[in-house]
Amino acid sequence: MNTAIGTIDWIPVAPFIALSVLGFLIMIIGLFFPRIYRETLGTITLVGLAVTFFLILQNWGEPRYAFANTIVGDKFSTVFNGLFVVGAALTILLSLNSQENRYLLYADYFTVIVFATAGMVLMSAGTHLLTIFLGLETLSIALYVLAGFRRENAFSLESAFKYFLLGAFASGFLLYGIALIYGATGSADIQEVTRWIQQNSLTGSLMLPIGFLLLFVGLGFKLAIFPFHMWAPDVYQGAPTPISAFMATGSKAAAFAALLRVALSTQSYTAIAWEQVLWVIAVATMTIGNIIALRQDNIKRMLAYSSIAHAGYILIGFIANNELGHSGMLFYLLSYTFMNIGAFGVISYLSTAEHEFVTLGDVRGLAYRRPFAAIAMAVFMFSLAGIPPTAGFISKFYIFSAAVKAGYVWLVILGVINSMISLYYYLGVVVQMFMSAVEEKAPATATQQPAVALALVVSMFAVLGLGIFPSRWLAVFMEMARSFI
Amino acid sequence: MEKIIAVLFMFAVSALLALIFFTLNRLLGPRKESVVKSVPFETGRAPITLPTHRMSIKFYMIAILFVLFDVEMIFFYPWAVVFRKLGILGLIEMGIFILVLFLGLVYAWKKGALEWE
Repeated sequence: MNTAIGTIDWIPVAPFIALSVLGFLIMIIGLFFPRIYRETLGTITLVGLAVTFFLILQNWGEPRYAFANTIVGDKFSTVFNGLFVVGAALTILLSLNSQENRYLLYADYFTVIVFATAGMVLMSAGTHLLTIFLGLETLSIALYVLAGFRRENAFSLESAFKYFLLGAFASGFLLYGIALIYGATGSADIQEVTRWIQQNSLTGSLMLPIGFLLLFVGLGFKLAIFPFHMWAPDVYQGAPTPISAFMATGSKAAAFAALLRVALSTQSYTAIAWEQVLWVIAVATMTIGNIIALRQDNIKRMLAYSSIAHAGYILIGFIANNELGHSGMLFYLLSYTFMNIGAFGVISYLSTAEHEFVTLGDVRGLAYRRPFAAIAMAVFMFSLAGIPPTAGFISKFYIFSAAVKAGYVWLVILGVINSMISLYYYLGVVVQMFMSAVEEKAPATATQQPAVALALVVSMFAVLGLGIFPSRWLAVFMEMARSFI
Repeated sequence: MEKIIAVLFMFAVSALLALIFFTLNRLLGPRKESVVKSVPFETGRAPITLPTHRMSIKFYMIAILFVLFDVEMIFFYPWAVVFRKLGILGLIEMGIFILVLFLGLVYAWKKGALEWE
């Protein structure tokens, strides 16, 4: 128990500490300089995130444990944490639309985003189930606040309230799962649990499988997979647009990080018919997401259902359970971060405080009014639909080929059919933008949003870059996947 | 196991005793119903207002802050027990913990959560 400060390995915890300090710094600045420009605050936050990103990269290599083996810095956490910080940075750029978010309390808003990112970092770096739970709660509580940040808007409040009630309920499942795993194995440390499973067996007692099942339910809620997807459309629709993007990408990736770490370490999902259960869940998630998205008129709602469907595709990589599948999941999550933040970003780019630019009617003839926004939206829609040469195509390609290698041919066939269904509504947006005439009473759009435009350009470059030169990134993710075996 | 049985036995006996007293009272005591008797007891006076009136929302802020610092206090106890074992590191960790809560207090103060008006 005698630990001295000198013996602690600070590298694994450095990103988390950096984010916490950054969050408090922004909070204090906002408190004592309430009239500070939002751009100044945004720049401070981005610089802080850049420092965090640098600290995260220091963790690439052999696993290094800290704080009594509860936090690890390894290749897995490096890749995921890098993804979270990039997502947070893009979210902050999207939030700098001066016309949409005129009434936002910027300092508080950025603070909470940074704390949410800290929660994500803890989720991917936690090697103790309670650390993962702590990260999940930090993330969730921050997201409940962020979802309700447009306080004058009833939809935003509804979104926050629904998310809070269901999220708290889901956390209960997760915690109960952890309790059962602890009860069965005598430890909540993932390594200890793994050791116990190797010595005994996974199916020996009923307690352990039920524990894992409840853990899966708790994380499944955050992933918005069937049958825990009900909250997503209402929450994404009501939350501020950048936050919807943040929730659909960062929070989903964080839940996948926790799921992957638990599953890869304990190899718990190769036993007891998990694959069949996951198979059904993946197919149902994809199909429900895509079918309901067909009927949406509101683009934010449509993207919410599409994000449910994408969680289903990513789950295919999880079921394939081979190196290509795991690295494909990473590749998919990275691509999805850029294309989804981009798609929400276009909405954010055009919205004003008076008019949120979200319906299919709004984007009618957009190509003639705002060509840059229309082209960006088209790129993101093509990528989401999975059309080459975008990142979305390559991601699906990796995931599906991993599943074929693992022998899940029917799963892939259903996945491809789903992709074809999704073409209809993604391309529907493009058709509205490019092939309809401008309406007489087209709503006014926001003008001159350089920060949001920057985020869109970065996302477009990333989507095309990942789509055209994927092999370098895949090699990195393969190395990560291999480091686990 | 024996201890649990003893406790259960005590519960049973006390429940039984209460039941006996109430039954005896019911059987032996005189009963005269009246309106005054059925009025809710409020420190011996006649009820002035309905008990469902509104509470000021300001109390909620105070309550939240109270919970925050109450949890801080609870956290001190286990720390005090292992204070010697943890040594200087424990002291620093506790300092960070208090600093974080202090920042929270500064935030609440500056935002006017402590003002009554």
